Amino acid sequence: MTRLLYFAWVKEKTGIASEDVDLPESAGTVADVIAWLKTRGPEFENAFAQSETIRAAVDQTHARADASIAGAREIAFFPPVTGG
Amino acid sequence: MIRVQEGDFNIGEEIEALRKDCSGKVRTDIGAIVTFTGTVRDALRASDGEGAGEISTLTLEHYPGMTEKELARIEEEAHARWPLQASLIVHRVGTLLPGDNIVLVITASAHREAAFEAARFLMDYLKTSAPFWKRETGPQGEHWVEAKETDDQAAARWREE
Repeated sequence: MTRLLYFAWVKEKTGIASEDVDLPESAGTVADVIAWLKTRGPEFENAFAQSETIRAAVDQTHARADASIAGAREIAFFPPVTGG
Repeated sequence: MIRVQEGDFNIGEEIEALRKDCSGKVRTDIGAIVTFTGTVRDALRASDGEGAGEISTLTLEHYPGMTEKELARIEEEAHARWPLQASLIVHRVGTLLPGDNIVLVITASAHREAAFEAARFLMDYLKTSAPFWKRETGPQGEHWVEAKETDDQAAARWREE
């Protein structure tokens, strides 16, 4: 099981803050997970429509689209940060 | 030191605490203390168009766990780059009003240059790496603040040097 987290407008569009899922075995990278998420219904398709603007973190560390998710316990998806 | 909190901070008290060693004595190896405070502006961003009006609240969401890790990592990098005696990053979360404090960065060094540079570095990285998101409420409802390209450029500058 992998915990997926969604923040800011990604959370609003998916309608959930977090969930535990069994990722498909073929998903090896962050981009693969996003491609799979898009197939999970209109909310996810909409949330990840502009997937190039969405940032990800694997186990609480920033990760690029081509980053491996091997062994990941927690993957988060969010818009570019706007703190400070 | 890093802190993420809902409540306000007192800049004077934070400086005094930072200046003291573990026995409560004022340190004499610090020659320069720089503080940066970010506060809530009441005007909507120019990119939202003319006459967009004023914001009534600003709500900050964050990623508990990762936020603390990122802030600690950023602070550690600043200490690796400059000879700092002490530093502090405080970031508020939750709903804030125009005029409220959002973020505080304090850097202390023997000399002013390291303190100035490190404070600027911390803010530039905080703007682009720490997982906080701002949501404004204004006359046209609520919306998420978009990231600025100029913030990315400011952070990128430190990698080129």
